[in-house]
Amino acid sequence: MQAFNLDLCDLPPGVDVLREEVRSFLFETLGSYSKPNRARSWSAFDADFSGRLGDRGWLGMTWPEPYGSSRSALERYIVIEELLAFGAPVAAHWIGERQSGPLLLRFGSDKQQEKLLPGIASGKSFFCIGMSEPNSGSDLASINTHAKRDNDGWVVNGQKIWTTYAQKCHYMIALVRTSGSVKDRHDGLSQLIINLRDPGITISPIRNMIGDKEFNEVKFDNVFVSDSMLVGEEGNGWQQVIAELAFERSGPDRFLSAYRLMVELIRMFHKTEDKHAEVAIGRLTAHLVTLRQMSLAVAAVLETGEQPTIEATVIKDLGVAFEQLIPEIAHDLINVAPNILHGSDYEKSLAYIQQACVSFSLRGGTTEILRSVIARGLGLR
Amino acid sequence: MTEISKTLAETCDRLFSNLINNDVLRETELAVWPDPIWQQIEENGLTFAMVNENHGGSGIKWIDCFQIIYWSGYYSVPVPLVETMVSSWFLSQHNQAPPKGVITFFCDGKPLDLIESNNSYKISGIIERIPWGASADYVLAEAYNSNKQVYVLLDAKKSKIVKDKNISGESRDSMTFDKASPMTVIDISDAFRSNSLLVYAALARSVQMSGGISAILDNCISYSREREQFGQPIAKFQAIQHQLAILAAEAAAAKIASQIACRAADLIDVSSGLEFEVATAKIRAGESAGLAASIGHQVHGAIGFTDEYSLHYITRRLWSWRSEYGSESYWARRMGKEVIAGGADNLWADITARL
Repeated sequence: MQAFNLDLCDLPPGVDVLREEVRSFLFETLGSYSKPNRARSWSAFDADFSGRLGDRGWLGMTWPEPYGSSRSALERYIVIEELLAFGAPVAAHWIGERQSGPLLLRFGSDKQQEKLLPGIASGKSFFCIGMSEPNSGSDLASINTHAKRDNDGWVVNGQKIWTTYAQKCHYMIALVRTSGSVKDRHDGLSQLIINLRDPGITISPIRNMIGDKEFNEVKFDNVFVSDSMLVGEEGNGWQQVIAELAFERSGPDRFLSAYRLMVELIRMFHKTEDKHAEVAIGRLTAHLVTLRQMSLAVAAVLETGEQPTIEATVIKDLGVAFEQLIPEIAHDLINVAPNILHGSDYEKSLAYIQQACVSFSLRGGTTEILRSVIARGLGLR
Repeated sequence: MTEISKTLAETCDRLFSNLINNDVLRETELAVWPDPIWQQIEENGLTFAMVNENHGGSGIKWIDCFQIIYWSGYYSVPVPLVETMVSSWFLSQHNQAPPKGVITFFCDGKPLDLIESNNSYKISGIIERIPWGASADYVLAEAYNSNKQVYVLLDAKKSKIVKDKNISGESRDSMTFDKASPMTVIDISDAFRSNSLLVYAALARSVQMSGGISAILDNCISYSREREQFGQPIAKFQAIQHQLAILAAEAAAAKIASQIACRAADLIDVSSGLEFEVATAKIRAGESAGLAASIGHQVHGAIGFTDEYSLHYITRRLWSWRSEYGSESYWARRMGKEVIAGGADNLWADITARL
């Protein structure tokens, strides 16, 4: 028996040209972007930069025309891995391009697609995800936010939490209960597109432990959402969310979040000979190369239209472990303290990643949830 | 997966599962050469799978032969199939028709010295930890001709053997040659200038390990579904499920890492060599091997620690193989040196240019 089937993927010819285009673009646009800023990876929000990516046609590039340019998933992969390896600030468009857009393409109405996809693809309209609630973290099916029928729409009441960049986004795609009660679990859930400028919405940023205000609490007090903003079918929200999560578990973002610290760590040993550093950096490189090929293999399967859910989950589990290993190895090799205010590039990068990386195994499904998903794939549950 | 890969996978899975069982593994550990098994493997053409067609082989690529090596690791095949495959391929790549029979290799110690006298070569010296040296017909060995590195093919029967084993009971013998005449002296071809036999030996062990790790995973899955404690199969316990999830992820990583190196081995004209990819494979598979062995034993409990139960045939091999032809830290140091020398800002470009 073979638990998983991941085959090495050969990149299609011609991607080198695209890769070089992205590199030149990054050099021109972000040539002076500081190293510690780059360490923030896909957490850094820059609406202007997202707009420029949109202008280049690099957002939603796999989407069919007229919204995208029908490029392959592997071409999109190349663009994304280049952005992340550089440490470009991609947070503004990230969720919309990675999750909301594909969700709307698959389940959204023609009208929703016409209205919303051009904004995502041009890097001007930003989305966030409304899943977690104060009492519903890993147990997502226990959400309480509900929508009641009201003529030609819904009235939403409740609260979402840990909503990344809600304060800067235009829309939230929220998972809400449209019928039944919490006891009905997966039944009776639906996805609604909510314009975050609508009346009745209060967005309060929550400072994280690094001092940044990335995630938010979003309260809904009798917020009206028209019927036209229901995604897919009423009551099918759980299935749609599961499909949506598969878009986010195997990309290069799942192992490159700490890559800029790895780069700064390697730089520290320039022209020095240190056996321990050589061994440690060699090991990290082997992990990086392997994860990238695993992730590419999943991208190739996704391209065929299949859903390699378990394989994608494996990559997130391994990828996060790798990302979290980097600051540990850095600490082990170099006798300096992380310093976010006045440190060297290395010290600042370490300071950010050391603290941020604890969230890597929480966002997008905790390690514990992922391992349970894998165990189910192995037929153990 | 290519059609060839699929066929090889099915063939080897079936062949090895028919040939290998606990009794066979136990007997071979007592230094009984399982000749019928070797004959069957040879008759199926596996030893010559990678040999060029003009030398009577099948000319199958590394990425497809991955399946043979992987399944030989999966079933703990207790004969030097992999050593013979690699040696035969290496000879064939150097325009030497490989002989039939068992060929083992030597590439991880001080090379032998080739002495020239009266227009003929003689070799004297000792080589150690040679896989199945006592059962081999030939040994392909690294040697020096003055200051030039060469390979020699020696008649194994002309050596004095002292038997030894690795901890999995696989034969690792020392062979002493006294003024032996090499059958062939091979100058290294340009394509192999930066890839010594050690690189391919390490690659082969990585692939074997990835097979062994998958075997542990499969054993653990079926055992944990059968074994009941506290009134239910232990597979129902989250603690066990998470251990097996980790193991499954490691198995997938080891497999992909060794495939990366096989793919690179098919492109041996790359001037930079394939050390980078082989290091990746040996490091990653070696790390997974250690983890897989400990999870495997933990999940199996006391029965896995018995001689009677089959788990140890795999785990002891994994502990042996991860040390042979360069441990993780040996390859990591080689790789890390290159990465640091290449410069922090060039690493990404280097990785994407290679693969």
